[in-house]
Amino acid sequence: MTPYEKWVAYYTIIRKEVVRLLRIWPQTFLPSLVTSTLYFLIFGAFLGSRIGMVHGVPYIMFVVPGLVMLSVVMNSYMNTSFVMFQSKFFMRTIDEILVSPTPPWVLIAGFISGGLIRGIVTGILVLLVALFFTHLVIHSVAIIILFLVLSSLVFALAGLVNGIYAKSMDAVNIVPTFVLQPLVYLGGIFYSTASLPPFWASLTRFDPLFYIINGFRYGFLGISDISLWVSFAVLGTLVLLLAVVNLYLLKKGLGLKQ
Amino acid sequence: MEDLALKTTDLRKTYADGTVALTGVTLEVPKGDFFALLGPNGAGKSTLIGIATGLVIPTGGALSIFGVDAFAQPERARRPVGVVPQNLNVNPFEKVIDIVVNQAGYYGIPRAVALPRADAILKDIGLANKRENIARELSGGMQRRLMIARALVHDPEFLFLDEPTAGVDVESRRAMWTYLKTLTSKGVTILLTTHYLEEAEQLAKHVAVINHGTIVAQGTIDEMLALADGRTPEGEAFRGGKLEEVYLKLTQQAPEQN
Ligand SMILES: Nc1ncnc2c1ncn2[C@@H]1O[C@H](COP(=O)(O)OP(=O)(O)O)[C@@H](O)[C@H]1O
Ligand SMILES: [Mg+2]
Repeated sequence: MTPYEKWVAYYTIIRKEVVRLLRIWPQTFLPSLVTSTLYFLIFGAFLGSRIGMVHGVPYIMFVVPGLVMLSVVMNSYMNTSFVMFQSKFFMRTIDEILVSPTPPWVLIAGFISGGLIRGIVTGILVLLVALFFTHLVIHSVAIIILFLVLSSLVFALAGLVNGIYAKSMDAVNIVPTFVLQPLVYLGGIFYSTASLPPFWASLTRFDPLFYIINGFRYGFLGISDISLWVSFAVLGTLVLLLAVVNLYLLKKGLGLKQ
Repeated sequence: MEDLALKTTDLRKTYADGTVALTGVTLEVPKGDFFALLGPNGAGKSTLIGIATGLVIPTGGALSIFGVDAFAQPERARRPVGVVPQNLNVNPFEKVIDIVVNQAGYYGIPRAVALPRADAILKDIGLANKRENIARELSGGMQRRLMIARALVHDPEFLFLDEPTAGVDVESRRAMWTYLKTLTSKGVTILLTTHYLEEAEQLAKHVAVINHGTIVAQGTIDEMLALADGRTPEGEAFRGGKLEEVYLKLTQQAPEQN
């Protein structure tokens, strides 16, 4: 394929995905908005005043970045894992692409972009909802965007690996519920690790979400429990690692071809 | 080499669960041919098509399409190929026109070019009035025709059809035959699998009979008939009966392997 033909194939995959996301928006965009509205209500309006300040900012301002990240990470992951799983398992529509000359990396890029679109759009929507509950301070737009994109990318890639490997619908649902969710909640959405006992604080350092949430929060508030460079390094490494795993799986046809 | 559409040499496939599907298939399909691959259920027909179209990973052997090694240059080899799989694999929620146009996209054909082409094919194949319907709203026979339209949108030179008329009523079957004949008259090479002997006799120039993963006979229809004992063919009905006799003889020789 010429570069232009590859671009057409890539655009086709994305366009199809956007049509799908919009068609079933109550399943794709709405759930995160409902959950985060509840969180904002509880932690902002109801509990916030009792908790007081964290790192010198009102509690709701402290939790907003983490809650946005929660949506970004979950939506990116669930999108790629589910779309990949359903297209290889239920109707075998993935064969439409596998029989074509579209190279594996274009397929990966297309599916990942679908995850990015869902993750980032949902994140922005949640951020807009947050504006009803608090005002936002912005320390650095560039850092916010960078972390938004990188985190979405990491989890879209991870979701794709899950989708390619999964042999049942359970295998797709298990990770978000039993792995992702705990990692996000324990990664410091609701508290600063500075307030944790040393054992728990050091355990948190093994949680990739810790780096994501802190980096993203830094973009807004200019405060972080760790150095930004460490966050970047962790995310960058994860992106590279996961991209290689995906490419390998698809090239070998593992999980997709018999 | 160049005048062969498909050449397989000692093609083998053992599935992950140990099922031996192909035990060394050597086959040649001339360019422009209408080739019927006959064989009972489980003989290995779909496996062969799967390997040729990049959906099944072979265990051994070689396969080339128009002289291009399909294992060394899979994307290049797939380019001139269209495939209609045995099982329905259209996304039930996608619109007919989108299914066809998106498929063109995976071959690098932009929407603007694909749309008029898709409309022309849908008209030819009798689905023009279903253009805006989602696939779920089509009958089984219509979905099968939709899969043919999808396989043709990039103007393939080589069309694989895996039991395209299974479960299709007699009238539609005849219409499909006529349509397939117009395709071969335009120079498209067709490889069709079927277990309707009448279909092979009506359409095919060359026939191969596959049983238990190996080709047990190969040649023109007349050569196949000559395999029947002694008597010379007389009327059409007798011919048909005769082909059946040959077919049964060929496919019942080897005992069931399980
Ligand atoms: N994915 C698979 N895993 C294991 N065995 C398979 C798979 N697909 C097909 N087979 C087996 O391979 C053999 C050939 O199947 P297939 O190529 O579908 O035959 P046909 O199309 O001629 O009916 C059968 O025994 C079938 O059960
Ligand atoms: Mg079959």
